Amino acid sequence: MYDVVKKRLLAPTIVLLEVDAPAVAAKVEPGQFVIVRVDELGERIPLTVMDFDREKGTITLVVQDVGYSSALITHMNEGDKFQDFVGPLGVASEIENYGTVVCVGGGLGNAPIYPIARALKAAGNYVISVLGSRSADLLILEEEMRAVSNEVVIATDDGSRGVKGFVTDGLAQVLDQGHQVKVIWAIGPMVMMRAVVNYTRPKGIKTIVSMNPIMVDGTGMCGACRVSVGNETKFACVDGPEFDGHLVDFDLAMQRLTFYRDEENRAKARLECDREGGHH
Amino acid sequence: MPCQEPQVRAHNFDEVALGYTQETAVEEAKRCLRCKKPLCITGCPVGVLIPEFIEKITEEDFLEAGKVLKIKNSLPAVCGRVCPQENQCEIKCILGKKGEPVAIGRLERFVADYDMKFGESTFEKPVPTGKRVAIIGGGPSGLACAGDLAKAGHGVTIFEALHVAGGVLMYGIPQFRLPKEIVQTEIANLKQMGVEILTNQVVGKITSVDELLGNGYEAVFIGTGAGLPYFMDIPGENLNGVYSANEFLTRTNLMKGYKFPDYATPVKVGKNVAVLGAGNVAMDSARTALRLGAENVSIIYRRSRAEMPARNEELEHAEEEGIHFHLLTSPVSIAGDERGWVKSLTCLRYELGEPDASGRRSPLAIPGSEIEIPMDTVVVAIGQGPNPLVTTSTPGLDLSKRGNIVADAETLMTSKPGVFAGGDIVTGAATVILAMGAGKKAASGIDQYLKAK
Repeated sequence: MYDVVKKRLLAPTIVLLEVDAPAVAAKVEPGQFVIVRVDELGERIPLTVMDFDREKGTITLVVQDVGYSSALITHMNEGDKFQDFVGPLGVASEIENYGTVVCVGGGLGNAPIYPIARALKAAGNYVISVLGSRSADLLILEEEMRAVSNEVVIATDDGSRGVKGFVTDGLAQVLDQGHQVKVIWAIGPMVMMRAVVNYTRPKGIKTIVSMNPIMVDGTGMCGACRVSVGNETKFACVDGPEFDGHLVDFDLAMQRLTFYRDEENRAKARLECDREGGHH
Repeated sequence: MPCQEPQVRAHNFDEVALGYTQETAVEEAKRCLRCKKPLCITGCPVGVLIPEFIEKITEEDFLEAGKVLKIKNSLPAVCGRVCPQENQCEIKCILGKKGEPVAIGRLERFVADYDMKFGESTFEKPVPTGKRVAIIGGGPSGLACAGDLAKAGHGVTIFEALHVAGGVLMYGIPQFRLPKEIVQTEIANLKQMGVEILTNQVVGKITSVDELLGNGYEAVFIGTGAGLPYFMDIPGENLNGVYSANEFLTRTNLMKGYKFPDYATPVKVGKNVAVLGAGNVAMDSARTALRLGAENVSIIYRRSRAEMPARNEELEHAEEEGIHFHLLTSPVSIAGDERGWVKSLTCLRYELGEPDASGRRSPLAIPGSEIEIPMDTVVVAIGQGPNPLVTTSTPGLDLSKRGNIVADAETLMTSKPGVFAGGDIVTGAATVILAMGAGKKAASGIDQYLKAK
């Protein structure tokens, strides 16, 4: 069992959880993920690591209430336990001194981009971060990102903070300033990552994305997480989750995310029904 | 052996075969001739003392029969259910020459089930040797290896990647053939013998073989199996509705998707399900799809019935339950609808040519014979390869061209001193009992290695 040792509300429906998992914390690197199972009846779901503390032996996750399992997780409190916590999984980000890099985080994507930005900064890069959210109250981890970036640009859909528009508008502002950007990391919802790669492809700027497909085991034994990269089928759990964004078939990836939509809705509805004390 | 009626069982996940009663078991046991040189034992990959345990059944001393059985086999309730006895112990039975061989597998199952219900664990703790062995993978080979090493007094730790040990016994073989409660009871017996099982440990990520060797383990056994699914590499294979058999069976068995939404993992099938392949995994997938509510389930196989690798019993069960067989047929593409869901399968018809190197007649496509078959779900069950997580993180390990570990035929030691390997990771996908046999062989190799050290 893996204890939740700290909980913090980052925004409405978004929580930060620090989980006691020393063996995972000893090995994890930026870009990797864990698979968790809340309880005996639970499903295995992948969550990207936001932070880790090797000395305390903890892993920090940021989770948004979007479905059945994430609702269970966001309602966990300090002292509650995960039944299973597996990791580190996937290939770590390729961190080296590239020069100037941009880290684009969309919505919840600010969490997984954080350790990557920190490692890139520590490796000597000039790090510009573009942080996006729908509105100012949903913007998370701004302070943390400022601490590991040389510059920060904020973009909100409704214009309640920073640039009004999408992260691509924030990114345009950075590129317009004439920075010689060598690599871009873009992490967030699939639509956002697709928008970023469509924007950077004609400019020829290498863009790395972190794919978040459906997963079961996370160790390469089932292929649920397969993605098409450069017309080759890859398993995101062992070959990724990071890929060259210009080669990823995003339409296919987004289509595959709808595989269990009906079942997901049914499970979530039943959970809400239970919570309200209704019958089922 | 009595079974649930096909029409009933096709709609539930309860065990199909119901097992012997005490009376029928004794009656069957009395058929054994007690051969002086019992050939049946030579057919058993773990060398179970078959005539001895069968004699105890005739004496109606079922608990003693259980003790004899467990001398050689740590998972008898599993083996009695899933071994292909017709190709192993029973094919050697002298009675089989002129009639029916003794039903050794069914008797093994009867004794193991009786023992599980009424037996007491009378395990005598051996003298500890003070030596520790790490086993990577909690499947059949790792469990068998762990059992024998514990009996020899070594400290044993199993590192299992999933949240529960058992390997293919938990995620692959369906509940209706092998109830998971039985697997876990047999694994609990191993724990009583002192075997430590650590779950959620992906070796290659959280630790490595070299780290284990540096952390007090004097030997390592790699039994990571053949868990990497092969796909056909045809257009449309990434459409929604296409599963690898591993994913389909893992969702259903390990995650209990058939009990969704009580269990949170969904698994879904449409009305028309195609299963590609004709091995045991394909039969398991087809019969599982039927139980999940599919109306038509078809096995699609490019050779004929005679070449099907599945056990006869599984084929018969599948036929009785109403699985269709499209033989001499193989898909060339999968078509989807506008939402990206499987709509149909386009197949070519085949004919059989000359025998190939393996002795099987090779299938030849008939040009222009395309047929389109409407389908909503496709399960790809054409085989599995070795998962590279452990092998790629272990320098100094010799591998075959296919990525399997090369191990000494006698000791099962690999090219890396102190590191042993067995089961599907060495042989490629084979059977549970062959993996268990390899686990036992490796245990003996490890024991000798530790004594000589």
